[in-house]
Amino acid sequence: MSEITPAEWTAILLSLRVAVVATLVATPFGIALAWLLARTNFWGKAVLDALVHLPLVLPPVVTGYLLLLTLGRRGLVGAWLADNLGIVFAFRWTGAALACGVMSFPLLVRPIRLSIEAIDRRLEQAASTLGAAPWKVFATVTLPLALPGILAGMVLGFAKAIGEFGATITFVSNIPGETQTISSAIYSLIQTPDGDTAAARLVIISIVLATGALVASEWFARRATARLHGN
Amino acid sequence: MLRVEVTKQLGEFSLEASFSSEGRVTGLFGASGAGKSSLINMIAGLLKPDRGNISLDGEVLDDTAKGVHVPPHRRRIGYVFQDARLFPHLDVGQNLDYGRRMNRLADDPAQKKRVTDLLDIGHLLDRRPGKLSGGERQRVALGRALLSKPRLLLLDEPLGSLDAGRKIEILPYLVRLRDEANVPMVYVSHDPAELRQLATQIVMLKDGRVTALGGVKVLTGTTA
Repeated sequence: MSEITPAEWTAILLSLRVAVVATLVATPFGIALAWLLARTNFWGKAVLDALVHLPLVLPPVVTGYLLLLTLGRRGLVGAWLADNLGIVFAFRWTGAALACGVMSFPLLVRPIRLSIEAIDRRLEQAASTLGAAPWKVFATVTLPLALPGILAGMVLGFAKAIGEFGATITFVSNIPGETQTISSAIYSLIQTPDGDTAAARLVIISIVLATGALVASEWFARRATARLHGN
Repeated sequence: MLRVEVTKQLGEFSLEASFSSEGRVTGLFGASGAGKSSLINMIAGLLKPDRGNISLDGEVLDDTAKGVHVPPHRRRIGYVFQDARLFPHLDVGQNLDYGRRMNRLADDPAQKKRVTDLLDIGHLLDRRPGKLSGGERQRVALGRALLSKPRLLLLDEPLGSLDAGRKIEILPYLVRLRDEANVPMVYVSHDPAELRQLATQIVMLKDGRVTALGGVKVLTGTTA
């Protein structure tokens, strides 16, 4: 199998950039939401929970189309953002990151929520009797104990983001150098008569990245268990 | 001086207790299910009374009539739990330092040395809680609570999860603590023998009501 071409490199690097940005931006929101779902009870919690999981079960093309309707250049929110803040998502790599962030959000939130639920709340009580205000309890006890779950969620979310296809291509199309990720590059290549070899190279790269992410996620999950047992 | 006068409904169980104590060690005695833990959780601020008030040295901590409830982190009341509750992600030294850091107290090496010597835990500082024996864990929990410089120390059956041999190992530390640490304590136990050794005053609790108050002699005739 021959070498990776510059065009393929562009797609690989763009995928990495899109997935890294999507994961880093989504993580704080993911932690906040996981905490809300794990620890609080409020009116509409079931609806919020369902909403978070929606991208997992909706056809990706539907998610992408809804993003286009709301955040596209003529979308309700998109038009406002473009006119007032100069932020444009449509047909930009930032839009790809947004689509990937939304699609990977359920996978990011779940492990974080589970790890927060697994924390012994009596440890947090102990921290409060030692003088820690609620936000300090969160920062010094809850967050460190949930860290392996947070990392596992980030790895899973990253893996999902790097492979996302349907929502991305619907929302920001398939523009080489701007929105063409590995997935959409593979899609384009298998539509062209001589694209098989190049497609195969990208397919192998996707498999390597996805497998690596799963192994890393598993490793973090094991660390989490060890950490909660105080070893 | 600790004053408690509270009522609390917990499911079917109702707690209605009032006492005040000035002794160095107030023993809260009663069978399991008598309401001892709920009562000290209210003193710690972890549980809100339905009605009543709690005050320590004249400062009101709870007053339901006036809507006062000082949260646990502002009470400066130390708490040693039956299950130690050391932070698993921190080593022993960091566990001991936690209260000082949270209260933004200045580093006090002399105090730290006094406490670690008193409890014989100086050699454990680098270990993780998962690598400690039950007795060591309980001693570290005692040290951690003491080093947060509490005005009052609550101990909820600190020997409860230990076997007889370990109890005998820890008891002398508690006696030293009572005589040297200079922090008033509320000591919860269902074991009259333990309380005879430690307490200076007894509050006897049965089915959520205070049935006797006084010196350790009120324990006469009771069994574990």
